[in-house]
Amino acid sequence: MPSQDNSRRRFLRRALASCGAFVLSGCDQLSQSAWFTKLLGNAEKLTFATQRLLLPRKAMAQEFTEADLSPFFRSNGTSNPDNPEYQALAANHFADYRLQVGGLVAQPRAYSLDELKALPSRTQITRHDCVEGWSAIGKWKGVPLSRVLEQVEPQPAARYVVFYCADPMDVLGTRYYESIDMEDAWHAQTLLAYELNDAPLPIRNGAPIRVRVERQLGYKMAKYIMQIQLVERLNDIAGGQGGYWEDRGYEWYAGI
Amino acid sequence: MPPHDAAARVQTTGYLRHTWPVRLMHWINVLAFTLLLMSGLQIFNAYPALNWGKSSYSGRPPILQMDARMDAQGNPMGVTRVFGHEFNTTGVLGLSAGMGGQPVQRGFPAWITLPSQQWLAMGRRWHFFFAWVLVINGFAYIAYTLASRHLARDLMPTRADWRSIGQSIKDHLLLRNVGEAARHYNILQKLTYLGVIFVLFPLVILMGWAMSPGLNALFPGWIDVFGGRQSARTIHFVVAWLLVGFVFIHLFEVVISGFWNNLRSMITGRYRIEGSEGA
Repeated sequence: MPSQDNSRRRFLRRALASCGAFVLSGCDQLSQSAWFTKLLGNAEKLTFATQRLLLPRKAMAQEFTEADLSPFFRSNGTSNPDNPEYQALAANHFADYRLQVGGLVAQPRAYSLDELKALPSRTQITRHDCVEGWSAIGKWKGVPLSRVLEQVEPQPAARYVVFYCADPMDVLGTRYYESIDMEDAWHAQTLLAYELNDAPLPIRNGAPIRVRVERQLGYKMAKYIMQIQLVERLNDIAGGQGGYWEDRGYEWYAGI
Repeated sequence: MPPHDAAARVQTTGYLRHTWPVRLMHWINVLAFTLLLMSGLQIFNAYPALNWGKSSYSGRPPILQMDARMDAQGNPMGVTRVFGHEFNTTGVLGLSAGMGGQPVQRGFPAWITLPSQQWLAMGRRWHFFFAWVLVINGFAYIAYTLASRHLARDLMPTRADWRSIGQSIKDHLLLRNVGEAARHYNILQKLTYLGVIFVLFPLVILMGWAMSPGLNALFPGWIDVFGGRQSARTIHFVVAWLLVGFVFIHLFEVVISGFWNNLRSMITGRYRIEGSEGA
């Protein structure tokens, strides 16, 4: 009797497992198909529209106190760009660094680190939410991107701000890049940050400049920014999705 | 054809147990919840740990963590640490068979995550799509239960229900099958359904929203009510498993109180009482 019972149980277990495997492999196949991933991707548009509808333009991300600071602000992605040009800048403490700001602007210009630091600054203690699920709290100081935009005067056609970075992401040398729309670009907490926790921004966290976009996930907050371009469209840049990770299937709108 | 003879009618009374909107929404919920659970575990695997508080790096260790390391013999092993206690979970949690069968480090195993391989971007696509399905379906259900008086008529405990609670607990513990004869949900059933519909599902959805940096800015600080963002993530995880626990109990009750009858009533709506299974 027990053996019969066992074999029945084994049969049931196998039947259940193969049923589950069938469903899973079906889902895995759907995950590989272009039309289905596109269908699933429609949720992002709905999320973006809903959040923009609910959130006032000026709604501020939560700010914290010194007591909430993470003892160590971890680095993710690139921790030291494998790029001789960047390494030369770093060796000289970024004295020769120039942030190029151009594209659809009336007054394109280049900023040295000292020139950026001379602009009015903002300091904020915010939570950095990584797409992986962890978060860390840090104190950021930088110049609001809006200050720079005021100086370069975006043209009416400009719809996105694109950040080009120094860090190669693979053996082909594909560089990291990111983009945000003008609403986030003008937001008070959107900073070109040069300090973390009262010290110059460490290389592992994006020296000399990283962007803070506090109402979105960490991958939007590009590190090692070399160049800023204002553009009308994203589809003619790199993979066309508006960012390094976006080109690899992540959402462009990372407010979720 | 309903039988005309009175004696036969007593034997084979059938009635419409679930209206079509309830049946439809039930199965949409089954689909959405299953896919949300599996894609949720995929997302969890990107950072297979749970913290309590506003951030993950507060100087306190995670309350739960899945990891892989070498054992004394130098073989890879999967471990799960819960409140400082370490368990060997090789093969299931921390370390399990990858696509090619070789052991790989991952939180939950491939057979329960969606997609089965490690693929966070795709897991998020599934998750957020079916999160919308679940939320829209949930709102439709709430609207329906109110408008059709399903809530007031079938789910709200009556005074008699409350008085029967002792008997009902005893019946359930003894697996005494009264469901077959009953046209109404018993008190434990009502309380469970109300808890799932009005506590667990809203909570798991709210904790999902609490993890969104966008929605955090809606009312800065609102997630501190739940202990902060990482606490919200932990609650989201725990409530998801409480819902899985509900599903297991629900399926158990479905099986022991007349599997086919129950299943039919959730597909065609008809539920037969007085034992006659019919053809």
